[in-house]
Amino acid sequence: MKQLMLGNEAVARGLYEAGCSFVSSYPGTPSTEITETVAKFKEVYAEWAPNEKVAMESAFGASLNGKRSFCAMKHVGLNVAADPLFTIAYTGVNAGFIIAVADDAGMHSSQNEQDSRHYAVSAKLPMLEPSDSAEALAFTKLAYELSEKFDTAVMIKMCTRVSHSQSIVETSDRVEAAPIPYERKAQKFIMTPANAIKRHPIVEERTKALTEWAETAEINRVEGGKSAEYGIITSSTCYQYVKEALGDDFPVLKLGMINPLPVKKIRDFAASVKQVIVVEELDPVIENHCKTIGVDVKGKELFGLLGEISQNSVRKAFGYPMTAGVKLDESIPVRPPVMCAGCPHRGLFYVLKKNQLNVIGDIGCYTLGSAAPLGAMDSTICMGASVSGLHGFNKAGGAEFAKKTVAVIGDSTFMHSGVTGLINIAYNESASTVIILDNSITGMTGHQQNPTTGFNLKGDPCTKIDLETLCKAVGIKRVRVVDPYNLAECNQAVKEELAAEEPSVIISRRPCALLKYVKHPGPIEGDASKCVGCKSCMKIGCPAISMKKGKVSIDATLCTGCGVCSQLCNFGALGK
Amino acid sequence: MKTEKLMIVGVGGQGTLLASKIVGKLLLGKGFDVKVSEVHGMSQRGGSVVTYVSWGEKVYAPIVDKGEADYILAFEMLEAARYAEFLKPGGKLIANTQQTNPMPVITGAMEYPEDIEGKLKTLGIDLDAIDALKTAEAAGSAKATNLVLLGRLAKYFPYPEEDWIECIKTGVPEKFVDMNIKAFKMGKEL
Repeated sequence: MKQLMLGNEAVARGLYEAGCSFVSSYPGTPSTEITETVAKFKEVYAEWAPNEKVAMESAFGASLNGKRSFCAMKHVGLNVAADPLFTIAYTGVNAGFIIAVADDAGMHSSQNEQDSRHYAVSAKLPMLEPSDSAEALAFTKLAYELSEKFDTAVMIKMCTRVSHSQSIVETSDRVEAAPIPYERKAQKFIMTPANAIKRHPIVEERTKALTEWAETAEINRVEGGKSAEYGIITSSTCYQYVKEALGDDFPVLKLGMINPLPVKKIRDFAASVKQVIVVEELDPVIENHCKTIGVDVKGKELFGLLGEISQNSVRKAFGYPMTAGVKLDESIPVRPPVMCAGCPHRGLFYVLKKNQLNVIGDIGCYTLGSAAPLGAMDSTICMGASVSGLHGFNKAGGAEFAKKTVAVIGDSTFMHSGVTGLINIAYNESASTVIILDNSITGMTGHQQNPTTGFNLKGDPCTKIDLETLCKAVGIKRVRVVDPYNLAECNQAVKEELAAEEPSVIISRRPCALLKYVKHPGPIEGDASKCVGCKSCMKIGCPAISMKKGKVSIDATLCTGCGVCSQLCNFGALGK
Repeated sequence: MKTEKLMIVGVGGQGTLLASKIVGKLLLGKGFDVKVSEVHGMSQRGGSVVTYVSWGEKVYAPIVDKGEADYILAFEMLEAARYAEFLKPGGKLIANTQQTNPMPVITGAMEYPEDIEGKLKTLGIDLDAIDALKTAEAAGSAKATNLVLLGRLAKYFPYPEEDWIECIKTGVPEKFVDMNIKAFKMGKEL
């Protein structure tokens, strides 16, 4: 049956059809829906792991024990899982094992735009790169074949435009993969130096064999063109832009496997055209390969290293007329993402701002606390970096800084990699104050469960990790819980914990306002006649509050009645 | 046939994604090759959001570039202004006259531009501006604003109302189907 599917849903469908039976992932835009979708199939065991490293190792364990397995992550998640990745490349697999990584060129929802293809090259793992949903499904099934044929984990590289574009796929039935019986193979799977030394040449031989495969593989195909003036080498979503902009004007070598890349096929293609142009997003991976094998190509000098490519960037590079519309001659205010009305993070950030604290930030919805008017954040690097960064910041700055600096980290991010930083704070004794923003969900990626929520990926009740107990167990004596809707309570807790000359944790606890089970009191009843226009309520950056003709106005369609603004109004214009 | 392109733009949370899914489903049913491109994650938190729908005999690019859109369906006036340059010459811009202030306007750092409707028309843009929020409220809920706008879009598409309604039925929760269909029809007939 023909249907529209996101690239991510198509990967999930491919997993299902190929008989995958174990999936472990950590959510991350734009990869999340692969795991959410595959979890709906009862034949597939699927779980959220606390982080990508755990996910990859768990999926590897399932492969070791004979089941086709899978893990998915965003590009920066692959950094977390890089350690197992490089050694799994040596051991190979038992049953087929696929690792999907979704890049985010253009940084729609990420802190960098690293090019994950480098990982496949440096870990010496095959990587397939689909260009639409039909390929996402087909390549996923092919990846299992390759994985078992060449005894290797296989990477599938997605990107925002493939992951989050729906296109037509045709589905077929699931074919169960017979489990491969487990037997101990010490020299293959125990990577002591003595064994690993023997595995490395096998890896190099495997790459040669995969290169041979790449020379004739159907997924590396040449499409004819009207003129041999140019020949284009491309892959992934860039292939679509090339075809959109240039049609069949020039021959195209469309690469479905990005590592290892073929040699003869590229040389033959280059010999058949006057000038080869490589169209690829971010780094010159294909381009550098071509240059290494002595094929003269142009690529990054035409397209640059930054952000996404589009059909117009292809048109421009080939001297074709670009499409254009008419632009309003007006300065149009930007509309950045904001903390939602009723967001439990808002009150807490107001308190941090009011106390003029340094805030070492982390990855999640609360990173929005860096934006005006709250503007209470000093750094954001990666998952978990708030807690460990705070420790170093305070050790370097001494008591003077420890008394005016906090880390903020969400519940899911804390479980991901914050707890190790907290152990460091306890172990190496910095008088640091960590604030865990516990909104009982993984928010930014669209409400995924995590070890602190008490529910698993399939939605079933499960063991709930207790944050207070965990923090105390790693050696933090001062652990307290506050309600972020209560500004006075938050203010007092922050002041007291910063003053304490020992490590402390404040858990700011209230579920995400968007969770379906959260009941809101309803919009506050503002009284504009009492408003003196002092704009105190405007300091919290609530999208439901605005000033109209100098008086406060509440957008009742947005306001949840959280009451944070009411606590800032001295004139009773915003309810009690 | 040439590929046709639609952009649906708005503010995160307005239901642009659902609207694009319904359009995608309709066009798939008409036998076209279809691509629908969405953006998830951070930009959904009240930020400016855009989805692209492209259809034809064979569709390549999942996104729409400047000057390529045959139709833009704008759920909010400032977003209509922001993305107007993606409209191809002779394209149709359908906009909700609703105004939602972005944070720089709320904080007073910038002003919401005045008379966007007039300015867009001055540029020669074929603009159909409707008060979809008011219409949705009349249909039963402000939350059906997206269906009012979808109804308006349907007015310019060559497909019978029943086909749209079939797609709406499978795209919205069962208990809201009637209200959404009502909103759709009101948008179309406004």
